[in-house]
This record gives sequence, C-alpha cells and structure tokens, in this order.
Amino acid sequence: MSAGTEKIDVTVADVTPVNELVTRFRFVRSDGGPMPTFSGGAHTVVEMQDGGRTRLNPYSLMSDPADRSGFSISVRRDDAGRGGSLYMHTKVHQGMKMVVSNPVNLFSLDLRARKHLMIAGGIGITPFMAQIKQLTAMNGNFELHYAVRTAALATYADELHATHPTRVHIYHDDRGEAIKLERLLDGQPLGTHLYVCGPKGMIAWVRKTAEELGWPREAVHHEEFLAPASGKPFEVKLALSNKVIKVGEHQSLLEAIEEAGVDAPYLCRGGACGQCETDVIGYDGKFLHNDHWLTDDQKSSGKKIMPCVSRFEGKTLVLDR
Amino acid sequence: MIETTITPSIASRPVYSRLEPRPGKAHLLVADAEGAEAILALAEVAPSGFFDHAHVIHIRKATASTYTERLRGLKPAQFYSGPTYEAAVPRLRRTLLGAHMGLQVYLAGTESLMGQAMQEAAQAGIPYGAIQAEHRGSTARRMQCVHCKGITEDVTTDPFVCSHCGLHLFVRDHYSRRLAAFQGVRVDAEDPGNIPEPVERFR
Repeated sequence: MSAGTEKIDVTVADVTPVNELVTRFRFVRSDGGPMPTFSGGAHTVVEMQDGGRTRLNPYSLMSDPADRSGFSISVRRDDAGRGGSLYMHTKVHQGMKMVVSNPVNLFSLDLRARKHLMIAGGIGITPFMAQIKQLTAMNGNFELHYAVRTAALATYADELHATHPTRVHIYHDDRGEAIKLERLLDGQPLGTHLYVCGPKGMIAWVRKTAEELGWPREAVHHEEFLAPASGKPFEVKLALSNKVIKVGEHQSLLEAIEEAGVDAPYLCRGGACGQCETDVIGYDGKFLHNDHWLTDDQKSSGKKIMPCVSRFEGKTLVLDR
Repeated sequence: MIETTITPSIASRPVYSRLEPRPGKAHLLVADAEGAEAILALAEVAPSGFFDHAHVIHIRKATASTYTERLRGLKPAQFYSGPTYEAAVPRLRRTLLGAHMGLQVYLAGTESLMGQAMQEAAQAGIPYGAIQAEHRGSTARRMQCVHCKGITEDVTTDPFVCSHCGLHLFVRDHYSRRLAAFQGVRVDAEDPGNIPEPVERFR
C-alpha cells in the first residue's frame, strides 16, 4: 500500500472514445458520495484486476477539480506497452466496479506565478486540462502551447481552442508546425512559471532550453511518468520480511514485492516522487537505475534503489524491506 | 579581508556564497559599499559580453567614490551610483517591473542591502533560490524590534537600544525574509532593569 493514498471504490460511469488512440473514462463513487477534491495536475492510481495479476497505473486527472461528482482520465492506447492501457481500452466497460486511489499531485501549479506557460505534447495534455479548468475559475493568466501529430489525433485540441481561442496554440507535426521554443521563452514577463508534460525528448528539450536562457529551476515544472522497463528476471531477498522473491521479465520490482504480500510504500509508481526509495543491504551485480529521483551519487553508491522502475542484474540483491 | 565567513547557526540565519556568472538574457547587479568588490571579482570570471546586458546599481555608503570608476570601467549597459538604498529603490522597482524571464539577479554587500533587494526581486516573481548573494563589508545588522515592530539599521552591539521604542533588545540569529531583518527581543523582559553591558558583536 501507499502512504497517504486511500482507496476509493468506484463505478465506471462512462467510456468515451475520443479518437483512434485515446479513450476517456469517468469514475463515480460506488457509494454515491462525493469524490475528494484535488488540484490541477494531480493523478490517481487505477487498480486493474487483469487475470491473476493486479496492475496499478497512474493517470492524470483531467476533469474539473471543482467537480466532485466524479473523476475523468484519458488513456492513450499503447500497443507496445506493458498492457495497462490495453486493459483499459479492451476490458473496462460502463458499470464496471473498480478501485482508484485518492488523488496525489506531483505536478501542481505554483500559484505565486504571474503567468503560467504550459507546453504539452500528445497525451501529455491531460494534466493541463484540469489545470486550465482550475485557472479559468480563478481568472488565472495562462497560455498553452500544444504539439500534436495530426488534427485527428489532437486530443481535446478543438475543445480547448474553442473555449480559450487566444490562450491556446496548437502545433501539428504533419503540417510541419513546431513550437519555436526560444522565441516563446524570450520576453516572458518576470514571474512566469513554465510547465511541460509530454514525451521524454520534449521534456528534456524544454528544460534544457529554459536553463540555457537563465530560467530558474524553481520556475520550470515537468511531469513524466515512466512505465517500468521490462528486463531479465532476477531474484531479491527482502531482509525485513525474510522472503526471497522473483521479479519477472515484465514485472517491476515493486510489483513483485507487493505480489509477495509485503507492504511497500509508493505514490507515483513512475520514478518521480521518491516515496518507494529503498535501502540496499547487500548486492553482487549491477543496478539498472531508471528513476529520476536518486542523485547520480546515490545511484552509483549501491545503497539505494527505486523499486517502481529500477531493476537489477547479477547474483544477489538484499533489500531492507 | 572583506569576504565574510558566517558562523553556522539556526536554520533561518541566511548564508551566502560567491557570486558566479550564470547564463541569462540580462543581469541585474545590486551592491552596497564593499559589495562592489564582489562585482569586480565576478567581472574577472564573467564571459565576454556579460556587461553588455548588465545593469549595475551601487550604493556608496561610507566608501564614497572608492569603487565608482572601477565599476563604471566594467562598461555595464546601465550604471547607477547613489548614496543610500532608499534612493535606489524606485530604479530597482522599475527595472524589475519591466524585466523578463532569464534575468539573473546578483546581490552583494551588507545583509541589510541584500535582504531588502531580495524582497523586491522575490516580489517581482524570482524564486528566492535563484537569487545569488555574497556578503561583503560590514556585518552590522538590520533589526526588527519584535515588540514595537520598528526597524533599527546598522546594529553593531548586543544588546542594543530600539531606535523606535527605546527597549533594550538582544540580537537573535532568527531572520525574517519577509521583513529582511533579524529579530530583536527585550533583554530584560523577565527581570526589568537588569540590562547586560552591550558588547560589540558586529562591525
């Protein structure tokens, strides 16, 4: 289980295809009560009972944070992924009972900002949907620059552009349109905060460009959920629980720990939040660190691992869990 | 030696480091008195063209014209030399009002100057962590009397007399970023009249 993330029993109220790749899901509480409030940028962890296996995938909440009648998420189908998005697309139907976590926000707006400059790529639009609703309600100053592959795959672009014609700018890859980032960042008023959510390459490009132009680190926010990488199976000894577990090829270390019935902390399950940080007691082999939480020094120290996304190759690994 | 070492204390007591050139679209450098030395030291390691986009504000205080020509010699795009911080505030505010993201702020000199200029920069939207500050010169403190809320500048002794209400206050390391001042608390609150002899702690 995860510290601070209470579970909510929900019923799937709606399944709405948005385009060829993206489907929207609406969850309401099965007991009919109101959902907890959240702030724009928050995500929920959706539990999927897929055969004998429990999947726990985080998805950004895209509904209006002030709307307590339900939560909406939008899921992009990833045919080459580990199967969570395919499960959502093929198995989840209206009326189905599911379990989601309380919202957790690792990508919140900094409300001290004079202006919020948002950069989205593809399905990275989802947290901004909620943030824009939140800002609109408080008359906040924002600007969205949204890169999409084609108009047909431009998830929610029409809706956003129709409601905020002067604030929303869409860039279509297939028309050769690209965000002119340096020009965009140049001349933004002091106190502007920059937010980016999208593919890994886009996040790296935006952060690097902003840094080179002298934007303070504290004013640049990003969210990137890593899906746990697959890899060679390996064995781990959990010293506190006195168990030896096997981590399968397509399973994360965290999932294997949970499957063994051991209570391990987590929040984002994507290598970002730091909640699942685990001490290494001993090892003989090589760590495959995939998170962006540990510092380079910590990664090379052999004393820490983030079991949600990182793996191990070698003879023995003993964890303080 | 003008550079200062600050003895580690409680968490709220600010610490400072050497100014270093950072990439940016524009550079705002504010210093008082010997703080000019930090700007001159920065100039030695700054990339060429750095001062083409720099605005230097120097508050002379007791150093009079000691640094003026050397600072002017750095050929900053804008240069202002003035007698007091108060005299420079309208210029500082106007500069921040028209500034854009990518502005780097460098502060040097006394804690009073750096603290107050940092307030202005933070209010203009620059995160505290992104503002560089290097202590030079006098260690005299800007103190707030926690009783009457009055500010006494250039405090060098502990305890000292509040320039507003006249209470004898002891000097704490407890610092307020919001007020840009250390906190002074009545030294004889428990035992009125029992006032220790003032000791010169700051110069």
